[in-house]
Amino acid sequence: MNAVPMSYVVRNLWVRRVTTLLTASGMALVVYVFATVLMMSEGIRATLVATGQPDNTIVLRKGAGAEINSGISRGQAAIIETLPGIALDAAGQPLASKEPVVLNNLPKRGTGKPSNVTMRGTGATGLLLRPQVRLVQGRLFRPGTNEVIAGRAIAEGFEGVQLGATLRFGGRDWTVVGLFDAGRSGFDSELWMDADALMQAFRRQNYSSVIFRLADPEGFDALRERIDTDPRLTLEAKREQRFYAEQSESLANFIRVLGLGLAAIFSIGAVVGATITMFGAVASRIGEIGTLRALGFRRGAVLLAFLAESLLLALAGGVLGLLAATLMQAVSVSTTNFATFSELAFQFTLTPAIALQSLLFALVMGFIGGFVPAWRAARMKIVDCLRAA
Amino acid sequence: MFVLRLLLKNAFRHRLRTLLTMLGLVVAVVAFGMLRTIVEAWYAGAEASSSTRLVTRSATSLTVPLPLAYAERLRAVDGIDSISWSNWFGGIYIEPRNFFPQFAVDPSSYLALYPEYRLSDEQRLAWFRDRQGVVVGRKLADKHGWKLGDTIAMRGTIYAGTWSFVLRGIYDGADAGTDENQMLIQWAFINETMKARSRGRGDTVGVFVVGIRDPANAATISQRIDAQFRNSLAETLTETEKAFQLGFVAMSEAILLALQAVSFIVIVIIMAVMANTMAMTARERLAEYATLKALGFPPSFVVRLLFGESLLIAVLGGLLGMALTLPLAAGFAGATSSLFPVFRVSETTLLLQLVVALFVGAVAAAWPAFTMSRISIVSGLRHVA
Amino acid sequence: MQDLADAVPLIRIRGLHKHYRRGEQDIPVLQGIDLDVRAGDFVALMGPSGSGKSTLLNLLAGIDKPSAGTIEIAGIDIGTLGEGALADWRAEHVGFIFQFYNLMPVLTAFDNVELPLLLTGLTSRERRERVRQTLELVALSDRADHYPNELSGGQQQRVAIARALVTDPTLIVADEPTGDLDRSTGEEVLALLSRLVAELGKTIVMVTHDPKAAARARRLVHLEKGVLVDDGMAAAPLPG
Repeated sequence: MNAVPMSYVVRNLWVRRVTTLLTASGMALVVYVFATVLMMSEGIRATLVATGQPDNTIVLRKGAGAEINSGISRGQAAIIETLPGIALDAAGQPLASKEPVVLNNLPKRGTGKPSNVTMRGTGATGLLLRPQVRLVQGRLFRPGTNEVIAGRAIAEGFEGVQLGATLRFGGRDWTVVGLFDAGRSGFDSELWMDADALMQAFRRQNYSSVIFRLADPEGFDALRERIDTDPRLTLEAKREQRFYAEQSESLANFIRVLGLGLAAIFSIGAVVGATITMFGAVASRIGEIGTLRALGFRRGAVLLAFLAESLLLALAGGVLGLLAATLMQAVSVSTTNFATFSELAFQFTLTPAIALQSLLFALVMGFIGGFVPAWRAARMKIVDCLRAA
Repeated sequence: MFVLRLLLKNAFRHRLRTLLTMLGLVVAVVAFGMLRTIVEAWYAGAEASSSTRLVTRSATSLTVPLPLAYAERLRAVDGIDSISWSNWFGGIYIEPRNFFPQFAVDPSSYLALYPEYRLSDEQRLAWFRDRQGVVVGRKLADKHGWKLGDTIAMRGTIYAGTWSFVLRGIYDGADAGTDENQMLIQWAFINETMKARSRGRGDTVGVFVVGIRDPANAATISQRIDAQFRNSLAETLTETEKAFQLGFVAMSEAILLALQAVSFIVIVIIMAVMANTMAMTARERLAEYATLKALGFPPSFVVRLLFGESLLIAVLGGLLGMALTLPLAAGFAGATSSLFPVFRVSETTLLLQLVVALFVGAVAAAWPAFTMSRISIVSGLRHVA
Repeated sequence: MQDLADAVPLIRIRGLHKHYRRGEQDIPVLQGIDLDVRAGDFVALMGPSGSGKSTLLNLLAGIDKPSAGTIEIAGIDIGTLGEGALADWRAEHVGFIFQFYNLMPVLTAFDNVELPLLLTGLTSRERRERVRQTLELVALSDRADHYPNELSGGQQQRVAIARALVTDPTLIVADEPTGDLDRSTGEEVLALLSRLVAELGKTIVMVTHDPKAAARARRLVHLEKGVLVDDGMAAAPLPG
C-alpha cells in the first residue's frame, strides 16, 4: 500500500502552526508532570540505595523499622561484635560500628523553619564502613570531644552549619570541624559526632544500631539466622541496602502514586486537545482527502497519515515536556522522610528508562487522541469529500 | 436575548468539539478543586487547634522524651490553667496500612483539655476504671467495626511487643473539623509495663499539653515555661498548638508546594486546549465576522460574540466540574481517612473553581477576539472557509 | 414617477484612487474614477477580471477606504469617516447582497433578516413586524423558520435580499448576486431586484459578469485596468 508521504504530514503541522503549538504545549505540560514525578521517585530511591553498601549489615531491635525507634543495649552490642563472620580491619579488630541516632531540630536556610536532622554517633570505623563518604573540608572529629562533621546537604540547607560554627544541643556547645560529601546518599543529610559524646549528652544508655561488614558477602543468611535465634538478642539483621530501600519505599511510593494519578488526570485534558485538533485538521482538509483517494491512495493510507500527524504532534509535545523536566535536575529538594521522621535531600534523577516512558506516554496520548478522527477520515466516501470541499 | 440565542447556537454548532472542550474543562476544574482540597486537608490539624492550648516538647526534637517530673514544675508556672501529657504510641493495627494516630495520655486531664472529644459520662468512667482501656473516635470505630468491649491488639514499634487493649469509649467530634480517627490509651498502663520490662526506662513523656486562660498571653507563657527548664537535663520548646501542628505540615512543605504548583499547571493545560478550540472556531467563521462588520456591527460586537461563546462553554464546564468535585471528594475522603482525618471541599475552593473556569474562558478567547475584530472586511469576505 | 434628472446625484465620486501594498510593491487598482449615480438608478459595474469593479463596489459600500479622492453619498464624504462612524453609516445606509449569500448558518431565515435591525433603536415588536413585511416582499413568509441549509440557493439569496432591505437603506450593493444560481433562479432574483428599483425606488449598484443581469440594469458602467471606459450615461435612459 502506498503511504502518504511524511512530508505531507509534517507540512500540515507546520501550516497550522498556532494550533500545533497550542496542542503540543498541552501535551508537553502533562509529560513534564509525568517525567518530574518519576524523576522525584527515582531520586529518592537512588539516594537511599546509594546509602547502603552491598556487604554491610545493619542490626536493629526487632520490629523497629527505623533507627530512631530502635535500642540495642551495650551488652547486646558487645555480643554482636564477637560473632564470627564479621570482617576484620587492618589491626585485626572487627569492622563493626555501634551507633546511637538522635533527631535534632535545626532551622532551615531561607525559611528558618525547624526541621528534624539525623545526628549519628559514630567513629573512625563508621567512616571505614561507608567508603562513599569523603571529608571535603576540615577534619574528622576527635574521639570524646564535642566536635561534629556535617553532611553536604545539611551544610547547604540549614542555617549556621558551616565550618567553625557552633551548634547548641543536649545542653552543650558543639563545633563543626569538618564537612563531608556522601556521594548523594542519605548520609549527606546527617550530622556525625563521637558516639560516646552523643550518648553522654542525651543520657542514653543504648545504641540505636550496629553496622558491620561481612567477611564473606554470602555469609549474610547464616549470621541473620544466628542473631534471630539468639535468646539474649531481641534483634534482627538486615542487609544495609535492603534496609535503606525499605526506608525509601513509603515516600517514593506515595509520590509515585500521587504524581502518576495526577498525570493520568491531566492526560485526559491533553488527549481532548489532541482530538479537537485532529478533528479540525480532518474537517479543513476534506477536499484533500477526496483528492488523495481519487488519485489512488487507499483508506489505510489516509488513516495512517492522520494518525502519523497526531503521533508527531504528541512526540513534539513529549520532547518539549521531557526537556523541561531535564532542567529540574539542577534543582535539589528536601523533604521529611515519613519512615525516619527526618530530612532527606535528594535530586531529580533522569534515567533512560524514565525518558523512554515519558515519550511513550506522549505517543499513547497522541494515539488515543488521533485515532477516532483518523478513522473517520479514512471512512469517508470519495464523492462526499469532493462535494463538501 | 437575540445575542444569547446566537451564542448558544454557535457554541453547540460543533457539538463534538464543544463537548470535548467541556470535558477538558470539567477535568481541569475537578483536578484543581481536589488538589486544593488535599492541600487544605493537610493543614486541617492546624485549623482544628485551640488558641488556649500550648504544646511543650524537648527543644532537641520531638523524638526526645521529657521527664514526667516536669509536670509539677509546670503546674506552678504563672498563667497556666491545667496540664496533661501525651506519648506518641506509634503502634501497628494488623498491618502498617491501617495507620491511625495513637496517644498514651493521662485520661482525666487530657479529656478536660480537649472538650471537643465528646464522650458520655458512662464511657468516660468506664475508661478511667480500666487501665487497659482505650477510647477511639467515631470514624475510626466505624471503619474497623469496633464495638464497646472489643479487644484490640496492637503491635508496638516504639514500645516493643504485642499489646491488648479493651475498647471502653467512642467519642464524637464537636464539629466537622475534629479528628475522629484517633485512639487514646492510658499512659499509666504503658509506663508501668515498660518499667517492669526494663529498669531505668519509664516516667517519660512525649509532650506536655498546657491549657491557658488567656490566648493573648500565649507567647509570654511559652517563654516563661521554656525559661523554667533552660540549662537543665532536657530543655523545652513551648509553642501554641497551631504552631506545633504547622510544624508537621512544614515537614512536607516540598510536597505541598509541588501540589500547589501542579494545580496551576492543570489550568495552563486546559487554557492551551481551549485557546486552540476558540482559535479554530474563529478561523472557521471568518467570513461571518466579516459579514457582520459589513452590515455595520462594530468590531466590539465580534469581540463580544467570541468572549460570550467562550465564557458560556467555560461556565457550563466549570459548573459541571464543581458538581462532580463534591461526590469525588467524598469518595476520596473515605479511601484515605487514615491520612486525612478531615477532608472537605471548602466554599473558597468552589468559588475559586468558578473563577478558574471564567478565567480560562476569557483568556482562551482573548487572542482570537482581538484578531477577528481587526480583520479587514474585504479580505474576510473573500475568505471562503 | 419622479423626474430625478436634474436632482443632485445620490453618489458623487471624484478622483478616486485605490492601490494596495504587496510587500515592496504598490499595486494600483483604481486610477482616478469620476462617477455620478442618481437616486433610483440601477447600475451594473462590468469589466474583465482585475479591472477594479469589485474594489469600486467595496469603496462605495464603505467596507474599504480610498487611497485618494472623495466618495460623497447623500452629501457625506464617507472617505473621511473613522472606522466606528463608518460602521454606523453602513448600518443605516447600505444593504448588502453577496454572491454566496453570507447568511448565518445557525440562524433561521427570520433571524437572519432581523440581524441588521439589532443595530437600530427599534423595539423587539417593531423589529419583528418589519421582518415579516420584508419577508412577504420577497415571498418567503412560509419559510421564515427554516435554516439556510434547508433552503435552496435561490431562496437563500432572497433571504439575503430581505436582509439587505429590512433597514430601508439608501443604497443597495450587490456583488455577483446571480453568480451561484442557475439560470431560472437567477432570473427570479433579478426580477426581484428590478421590482425594488421600479416599485420602491431603491438605488442598486451591482457588479456582474452575467449578461442577463446586465440586461436588467438601466445603466452599464465599464471598467478596464482601473479606469472608467464607459460611464453608461449615453445609453442610459433616465430613471422613471
